[in-house]
Amino acid sequence: MAKITYVEHNGSEHTLEVKSGLSVMEGAVKNNVPGIDADCGGACACATCHVYVDEAWLAKTGEKSAMEESMLDFAENVEPNSRLSCQIKVSDDLDGLIVRMPESQH
Amino acid sequence: MEKNDAGVIIVGAGHAGGTAAALLRQFGYAAPIRLVGEEPLAPYQRPPLSKAWLKGEADAESLALKPESFYAEAGITLSLGGRVVALDRASKTVRLESGETHAYEALILATGARARKLDVAGADLDGVLVLRSAADAEALKSSLGPGKRLAVVGGGYIGLEAAASSRALGGEAVVLEREPRILARVAGPVLSDFFTRYHQGKGVEIRTEVEIAAFEGERGRVVAVRLANGERIACDVVLVGVGAIPNTELAAEAGLACDNGIIVDAGARTVDPAIFAIGDVTRRPLERYGRDGRLESVANALEQARQAASAIVGRPVPPSEVTWNWSDQYDLKLQIAGLPFDVDDVVLRGDPASGSFALFHLAGDVIQAVEAVNAPAEFMAGRQLIGHLRAISRARLADTAFSMKEVAA
Repeated sequence: MAKITYVEHNGSEHTLEVKSGLSVMEGAVKNNVPGIDADCGGACACATCHVYVDEAWLAKTGEKSAMEESMLDFAENVEPNSRLSCQIKVSDDLDGLIVRMPESQH
Repeated sequence: MEKNDAGVIIVGAGHAGGTAAALLRQFGYAAPIRLVGEEPLAPYQRPPLSKAWLKGEADAESLALKPESFYAEAGITLSLGGRVVALDRASKTVRLESGETHAYEALILATGARARKLDVAGADLDGVLVLRSAADAEALKSSLGPGKRLAVVGGGYIGLEAAASSRALGGEAVVLEREPRILARVAGPVLSDFFTRYHQGKGVEIRTEVEIAAFEGERGRVVAVRLANGERIACDVVLVGVGAIPNTELAAEAGLACDNGIIVDAGARTVDPAIFAIGDVTRRPLERYGRDGRLESVANALEQARQAASAIVGRPVPPSEVTWNWSDQYDLKLQIAGLPFDVDDVVLRGDPASGSFALFHLAGDVIQAVEAVNAPAEFMAGRQLIGHLRAISRARLADTAFSMKEVAA
């Protein structure tokens, strides 16, 4: 279980308890948090679950796979701390994680 | 009844309908929302049914679009196991099979499509399955495993995914295709050839140009497929994947224009301004290609759900995007963007033998569609180039020495 804060592009914050084993994307989608669309449901096929990981948490969220890296290369408004939230698995280590959302996923 | 009390009724609790309901609440819609679905389950994702779920890598909880508790908390009334039998546009009401009548301010038809069945002897035997619903997937999964042989009728994406899952679970698979090649309706020869070889390499038998004469059973359960040439193919279970038929009956009976799908505009609205239709059931403008068509994909379902929900709450309606889809088979991720209309040439980028390549379908120097196998950059860049209608250099596109960024530059 980890407490995760999702910050919408307009600044609205949603702090939720997310079960370990789910992805950061699922934590948002299952709780109807706006701003993460995740059209493909977590198959790393669409790049519509883009988030910016708070700098302090970058190391703990792990490495990007080559697949994720390539998908992000062509997403809009990508920053060095961009991740696809379907590829970040929630664990106790991520308790306190903060992710921010881009203006749009499309 | 006050107009505002009527709210939104969504007919069909699939991926499209469930998403529309959730989005309406996200967008601040405050009036009642009722979601009517024939299946006993709250909305769930269908794509994993032939992929991760079939291999046991996803459970019911992960399939669900939202947790059970969400609907009550969000004030969304679920009428599951329910069916709308009549739509009265004049009084803006729908009647359920149970006899209940409900009024709407806006109606969303998300009735989906049903699997086409084969009209041959034995089609109703136990073990002759289709794959649309969680119940279908459950029945299929229970018949797969070591020592079990799956016969897939129709070499489309769902059938091939099921064949791959059968192999992953330790069973056998044979694909029976009427055309000279698998994926004949949905992909070009190079991709068909690649998937044929890949499946064969994984131990799947692929039989093309075969006609199904009958399914043979013992004690009511299928044990073999009989081909028109007399050959008998023994099996433990059959998956028929030969396309889908849109569920337009309710709309057509209510006088809404239908033509292999409920006809909608670019904002998912039907000819009745109070009625939207979304997902597999719609025949929609494919603006990028200057024609109409029906799309069976999650991307389409979600795009139209966003459009309908936006229109109902008075937000700007998001424009259509380049359509896309994907398929997971073994360690292959196929991503497709666009539609191969008006194509005069196909450019291959990369080497299929390497397991990573892309096929670009061109009209002149403009990319109309891309099929990318384990090639996410090609998919993503291709999707953008399709949308921008920008001419590219074919020589660069075919040469992996140029990155997709350089191709797109």
